[in-house]
Amino acid sequence: MDSEAWLIIRFTLGMAALSTLLVTPIGTVTAWLLAKKRWPGKSLVETLIFLPLVIPPVATGLLLLKVFSRNGLLGGFLTKQLGLEVIFTWRAVVIAMVVMAFPLFVRTARVAFEAVPVRLEQVGRTLGASPLRVWFTITLPLARNGILAGMVMGFARALGEFGATILVAGNIPGKTTTIAVVIYNNIQLGQDEIALMYVLVSIIIAFICTWVGEYLCRRP
Amino acid sequence: MTVQLHNITLTLGAMNFSVDITLPGMITTILGQSGSGKTTLLEIIAGLRRPETGFIKINDVILTDVANKLHVPPEKRNIGYVPQDLALLPHLSVRRNLLYGARQCDPAYYHSIVELLEIEPLLDRRTTMLSGGEKQRVAYARAALTRPKLLLLDEPMANLHQSIKDKILPCLFQMCREFSIPLLYVTHDPSEIAGHSDQVMVMKNGTNSTDRSYLAD
Repeated sequence: MDSEAWLIIRFTLGMAALSTLLVTPIGTVTAWLLAKKRWPGKSLVETLIFLPLVIPPVATGLLLLKVFSRNGLLGGFLTKQLGLEVIFTWRAVVIAMVVMAFPLFVRTARVAFEAVPVRLEQVGRTLGASPLRVWFTITLPLARNGILAGMVMGFARALGEFGATILVAGNIPGKTTTIAVVIYNNIQLGQDEIALMYVLVSIIIAFICTWVGEYLCRRP
Repeated sequence: MTVQLHNITLTLGAMNFSVDITLPGMITTILGQSGSGKTTLLEIIAGLRRPETGFIKINDVILTDVANKLHVPPEKRNIGYVPQDLALLPHLSVRRNLLYGARQCDPAYYHSIVELLEIEPLLDRRTTMLSGGEKQRVAYARAALTRPKLLLLDEPMANLHQSIKDKILPCLFQMCREFSIPLLYVTHDPSEIAGHSDQVMVMKNGTNSTDRSYLAD
């Protein structure tokens, strides 16, 4: 593999890791709220969160493009107030990955939170622990495996993200090109051998992630 | 010690829970068949469920008063609660389970409880590695170490072999008497607590009943 290939692999891994780090805290709280609390509008929020899993990724990409473009709701604010360009930058890659990884993370972590017996949390309270202490010392440690599995699955999903990324970040070598995008690009150019090399790299990473994710889900 | 449950009501599906009783004395047995509301009663006293009406007082301290929108949260009630499944924390060692609610516990008191319930050899073990009887003793010790003003036990001897019951029950009552911990003991087996209890309360269809025929069965 040449230096360009390593650059693309490193960039993709870095962006996927960053998006996983961003997804984890918000996703953990969201998963807990969905698993353990009853609140008005819950099913609506739930549906919205899981929507990116079922609609075409390019549709998600188009929506992100509208929201984060210079004239968009958030893009306008970021550009004018903070001087941050999003579209066709690495930030767009991260946003696309976050949006696609988030539902998968929440889905996995939510199951883990649901599996934490309410009775343990209740007894923690009767032992004098505040709800926050119960959360950090009982709920979170017991849901840990599911959260870790969610991180791994979210990371894997982020690595494979293509449809939304190509729309909001494009294909700028050294700036926004990810493994998935470079595979597509090489197929378009008729360079199937190079594309297959990236496919092999994707398979190896995905295999490791899925195996680790499954192991974490089953670990007692 | 006096536990006063005044006009406590709660609708739970098809059952209308309704209790109005004053319980003086150190050890009270609550008897009743499955689904009679025994566990609900303990959960209400522990603050884990909010009743729809009424108030709960222990000695002169009001813990719940629906009319005045007062509900002391479970962590501030200082009421020990051992549910039927014991709820030992599976990710912590026995020692860390014991200290979970007793971080500022008097070391002498800690050692007395650990010694009385013969827990010393278990301290570094995971709770998932304990036998049924060992789990029981750890659960009682953990609740007792918070120095509760009332200890609630929900069918603690269910599913235990008679020989284990015979070993654990005397330890339990000795612990409660020695350290002056009042006890509400829920069971459906009157023989478990015969001779130890100061009084008996019978639950039937969600209400405290005066019908003692259950005891004669």
